[in-house]
Amino acid sequence: MSTLTSLSPNPIPAEDEALREPVRAFLKEALRDMPAHVRAKSWSGYSQEFSRELGRRGWLGITLPTSLGGGGRSPFARYVLVEEFLNAGAPVGSHWIADRQSGPLILKYGTPEQQQFYIPRICRGEAFFCIGMSEPNSGSDLAGVKTRATRTDKGWLLNGQKIWTTNAHNCHYMIALVRTSGTTEDRHKGLSQLIVDLSLPGVTVRPITDLSGDQHFCEVFFDNVALSADALIGEEGQGWAQVTAELAFERSGPERLYSSIVLFDEWLAFVRTPEGRNEASTRLAGKILSQLAPLRAMSVAITEKLTRGESPVIEAALVKDIGTGIEQAIPALIADDLFSRDAGQVPLELLNTLNYVTQVAPSFSLRGGTREILRGMIARGLGLR
Amino acid sequence: MDTLFSDALRDLLADQCTPQVVRAIESQPNERPLWAALESSGFADAMLSESLGGAGLGLSEAFHLFAMCGAHSVPVPLGETMWARALLGQHQVAVPTGSITWAIAQNRAKGELHADTVRMGRVADHAIVTDGSKAWLLPTATATQSAAGFPLDATLTWTGAAVAQAQALPFVPDVRTLQACLYAAQLSGALMTVFERTLQYANDRQQFGRPIGKFQAIQHHLSVMSEHAFAARMAAQLGCQSDTISPDPLRVAVAKARTSEAALEVAALGHSIHGAIGFTAEFDLQLLTRRLHVWRQAAGSESYWHTVLGQALMERPQAQALDLIREVSDVH
Repeated sequence: MSTLTSLSPNPIPAEDEALREPVRAFLKEALRDMPAHVRAKSWSGYSQEFSRELGRRGWLGITLPTSLGGGGRSPFARYVLVEEFLNAGAPVGSHWIADRQSGPLILKYGTPEQQQFYIPRICRGEAFFCIGMSEPNSGSDLAGVKTRATRTDKGWLLNGQKIWTTNAHNCHYMIALVRTSGTTEDRHKGLSQLIVDLSLPGVTVRPITDLSGDQHFCEVFFDNVALSADALIGEEGQGWAQVTAELAFERSGPERLYSSIVLFDEWLAFVRTPEGRNEASTRLAGKILSQLAPLRAMSVAITEKLTRGESPVIEAALVKDIGTGIEQAIPALIADDLFSRDAGQVPLELLNTLNYVTQVAPSFSLRGGTREILRGMIARGLGLR
Repeated sequence: MDTLFSDALRDLLADQCTPQVVRAIESQPNERPLWAALESSGFADAMLSESLGGAGLGLSEAFHLFAMCGAHSVPVPLGETMWARALLGQHQVAVPTGSITWAIAQNRAKGELHADTVRMGRVADHAIVTDGSKAWLLPTATATQSAAGFPLDATLTWTGAAVAQAQALPFVPDVRTLQACLYAAQLSGALMTVFERTLQYANDRQQFGRPIGKFQAIQHHLSVMSEHAFAARMAAQLGCQSDTISPDPLRVAVAKARTSEAALEVAALGHSIHGAIGFTAEFDLQLLTRRLHVWRQAAGSESYWHTVLGQALMERPQAQALDLIREVSDVH
């Protein structure tokens, strides 16, 4: 069976679906006073306090083992939680990376000591992680990373620079892809993943202001940063394989469908009113829904593969490419709908939300692998490369 | 079980429903031998209940057979007949011999029934015809036939006398939803086949000293095609998501809208990558791509179903979009 025919609709188990109502009730109360244009930031919105509250409620690290403070549940449980967080527009950025991939990565590749050290704090919302991949001369071409860690008596000495690191200024740790042997000529060989405590001497984090005026990505400098030996996560030289396996988690989740959903709901609220409703908007609402629904079914089907321990990277790349396309189409289509009408009809909060999402939409197909990289991966999966 | 039935149907169609047979039936109505082969295989009774001698397949299982019909451009109403027989059986109506298609008709003066563009109307033996309030099982032989857009379709008109002689049915089917569900599934099969053949062609065809599939521009086109084929297949499966033979209209709306949208994109990219050879009558690609366009039109194009879905969204003033997304994409 080819990759393309391997996904069929899959049920979300009832015990995981049961999480939905309590989460929704909590979010309704917690986000009551947060306007739509702020909720639209979603996983680019940061609140340590909110993350800790989720931790107190047992909603962080839900897939991690109970012995390490996690929920001991399946990826479906996380799917339901995250779907509710994103649709409500909850500020989940602080813990996002730790919960989505750093925790599972440390569980998969970490030593028992590393697991004990990091995972309970991830589950309490007390250890936030970022991912150090891109560098000034190594963006999509990740194998070209130059940041280097060299062995010392006590551990590692780290030198180099990362850039476009989402949320580094709010994080405690970075899992960095660095070169531990060889040169950039060796490409994927000689790369390793290190956990860098961002409070160490020699680490400088500088936020970069994006076009919307927000600071969510950063440049991070390492100047003779001394790391202990246990900074290495997984195997030395296996960094590339470890990073690739992470990507299935990163690319297939609900965050690749719902980046514009707060805007969609805000617009729906307007077009449901007598002043807002017309034939064209009804049709457009259905068009967006008809694209999101099969995509969600695909995303759920991939989650089912993750529960079986598979790493469906090609399917995940497909879902991300389709998903970001829809996410980017939503603000474009809604803007056309709203401004095909007579002037003066658009509620200000809807307009602010639209303008925010319109501005940040280009990032949807950059973060987590560009459209071109994904299509190249799909082509490889199809046997063309 | 899905694989058992669909593997058997694939073998049968590969043997009996060759591109030559499809072309022959399109140009000259001689569908008898193919229909006889399909009838004797038992597939036309696949959805008929087991108590009536059928295989009792539900819609989710029938999906795989519908998709196979799409993949092989089956030029007779096999899927239509499977479903029609099951519905007739469910309502204790005797199942006639021969094939059955579906039609929506207008009532005209003197009890005349006029059905515009009956899908498979030229090659079907019977039609289940509804005017929205009543339904009949009518032989196509008693209708006046005229040409419709596609060679296998026909516009059919029955006189009041012919209608009076026919069997009035004890149920009124939602023909548009049912056809949309079926054609979405057929589209998904045809889309996947067009994609796979185009992929193969890109691997085989050499230009500039290497297979054209080695060029990045072609690779990205093929990636986009695969995304549409993949999303459309999932949508069509959602449309057929039912243990019974009754589809959910909103799931069908998603299915038909998404597969129709994909039809346009995949047909265009398939032809683009095939170049001039794909544009010839002799090359088999056209048997599928012409159907992509016909089935996109059949039982409502994407915009028709977008409106249906949009109205459902408008009628739920308190709900998040997510609630309707879940309703049409969750399976149990």
